[in-house]
Amino acid sequence: MTAVPRFGHGSRVPGWDTAVDLDKDPMGVPDPATTEVPADLRAEIEGHMAKYPDRRSAALPALAAAQRVHGWCSPDAIAQVGCVMKLTPAYLIAVATFYDMLETQPVGRHSVYVCTNISCSLRGAQELYGAVVEAAGDDPAFNVRAFECLGACDIAPMASVDGVYVGPLTPDDAATLIDDVRAGRPVLPDKQLAHRQVADPDANTRDFGPAPSGNGGGPA
Amino acid sequence: MTKLLFRDIDEPGLHTREVYERRGGYSALRRAMQMAPEEVLAELEASHIRGRGGAGFEMGKKASFLPKGKMDKFLCCNADESEPGTFKDRELMQKSPHMLIEGMIIAAWAAGITRSFIYIRGEYVLQADILDAAVAEAYAAGYLGERILGSEHTLSMVVHRGAGAYICGEETALLDSLEGKRGNPRLKPPFPANQGLYQGPTLINNVETLATVPHIISMGGAEYAKLGVENSSGTKLVSVSGDVQRPGNFEIELGISSRDIIYGLAGGPPEGRRVKCWFPGGSSAPVLTEADLDLAYDFDTLAKAGSMLGSGSIIVVDDSTPIVDVALWTARFYRHESCGKCTPCREGTNWTVKMLERIDSGEATPMDLDIMASVQEQIIGNCLCVLGDAMAMPIGSMIAKFRPEFEAHIEAARQRNPYAGEPPVPAEPIIMGAR
Repeated sequence: MTAVPRFGHGSRVPGWDTAVDLDKDPMGVPDPATTEVPADLRAEIEGHMAKYPDRRSAALPALAAAQRVHGWCSPDAIAQVGCVMKLTPAYLIAVATFYDMLETQPVGRHSVYVCTNISCSLRGAQELYGAVVEAAGDDPAFNVRAFECLGACDIAPMASVDGVYVGPLTPDDAATLIDDVRAGRPVLPDKQLAHRQVADPDANTRDFGPAPSGNGGGPA
Repeated sequence: MTKLLFRDIDEPGLHTREVYERRGGYSALRRAMQMAPEEVLAELEASHIRGRGGAGFEMGKKASFLPKGKMDKFLCCNADESEPGTFKDRELMQKSPHMLIEGMIIAAWAAGITRSFIYIRGEYVLQADILDAAVAEAYAAGYLGERILGSEHTLSMVVHRGAGAYICGEETALLDSLEGKRGNPRLKPPFPANQGLYQGPTLINNVETLATVPHIISMGGAEYAKLGVENSSGTKLVSVSGDVQRPGNFEIELGISSRDIIYGLAGGPPEGRRVKCWFPGGSSAPVLTEADLDLAYDFDTLAKAGSMLGSGSIIVVDDSTPIVDVALWTARFYRHESCGKCTPCREGTNWTVKMLERIDSGEATPMDLDIMASVQEQIIGNCLCVLGDAMAMPIGSMIAKFRPEFEAHIEAARQRNPYAGEPPVPAEPIIMGAR
């Protein structure tokens, strides 16, 4: 899967939709005999399929699980999901390309989504995004993206680092954020949403104080 | 002011069943199970609670549209909260997941539903984990599963994580996504109440709406309807963000003045700044200005003022931000999130962004404003869902209300642009077909 090539002004380059080999049959459901699926991935996908009246409903959780194993929805990942779910790669790629969190190209292991929507941009998200991009540099371990509203405008400007919400951030926090991820430490623990104990908005303008022991607001 | 949803919100450990029950949780469920489903439905209808997700349709009415009788019916909780400026459901699910679960069980009992799903956006990892744990607790305590509280009623509940698509908050796109497809909206009718998930009758409600259900049962529908004002009953969570001193979630009774929310609760814009414009109901709502601050915050008043209450999220923009920037951020969001199924939305959002970028780079003329305004008019009402309208309405209102500023911006950008002014005279005359 590569992106559709485009001219500078945005229209598609002719030939982008021509199939490589028109005589070749479309790919069917991957053959279980030749497709190796890691046992725990298979178990997870089958677990998801069992929850729904229609097995196809498990497509999103299954692709997400395969992405956790492979780093992105690679042809291998797609084939493995297709093999377990009895779906064609075409169906799964169609689904994967639709959703922002499913990657159809190789990306860095650590995802850093910086929200650049209205509320965050009003409070300096564009500068924050620039600072995070600069701090990550060309480190291939990072997948820094400007993301649409992440639903945490109360801690704007904010970012989601491997699924952990942190904010409010300043451009100065960018280096610490990247260093924390590199070192495998919890990211900016004093700015994590999970550690906020109160809904009281005053907490935004005060320090949150030391992070509570355990996992804060998370399930016990 | 009456607080229902946020009464115990800061109680440590409220996300566990133990603390939730200590604070009176699941007593409404016990009471509802003593009543006949029709009686529960009647209470919901008497409360006149309007959907908290954006469209504002009465929940009791929606539930009553479901066909009666024994068949596979589904309940979907719409937790795909992606409207820019909205973060109330996140707070509810993180702090009080059992309130939502209890509300869903009661709603399912009222409508005779046996399977339920919570479609939560994929970005809410923490909240989905908390919900997963809470659902497991509810199963263990016998609130979910077979023979709930010793009755004949059965309900299963699955937390389904999305993967990042704003459009999946649209009810029919949510159903497609939940069926494992691309999240494209469906043609309506048939409405989900008749033909929804897996072609079965489906009730879809927002997190906040469902979380209010236990309170309606506890206090009685008629009593709940006394809160708020006529046609906008009850309390509402309001997310205030943007240029305010204390952004956050507040529970209000509908009908209080918008100024009280923006200045009183959220602290107003920073020192020395004034409100330039504000979105009263998420980024999809047409903007209002400083002159509208004294409007009552309820469904009808805002609709009369040409905007909408939407999901109840106020984004305040102060006078330090150019309106063109706000328009551009808004339009870019909808361009990115358009699913591409309907042409007016797919192309309209794209061209609006291009025209706004042209304004910013000094390549536009005031005529472009008229073209842009007409593009917005072409989108509204011409698509399967309202995503395109959701861009067209705020952008259209910005052009209408801030036209002088747009024009000044166009002129200033043209002055900065080295190609502004007289068009350069070509060194050699261009003759068609000469080469």
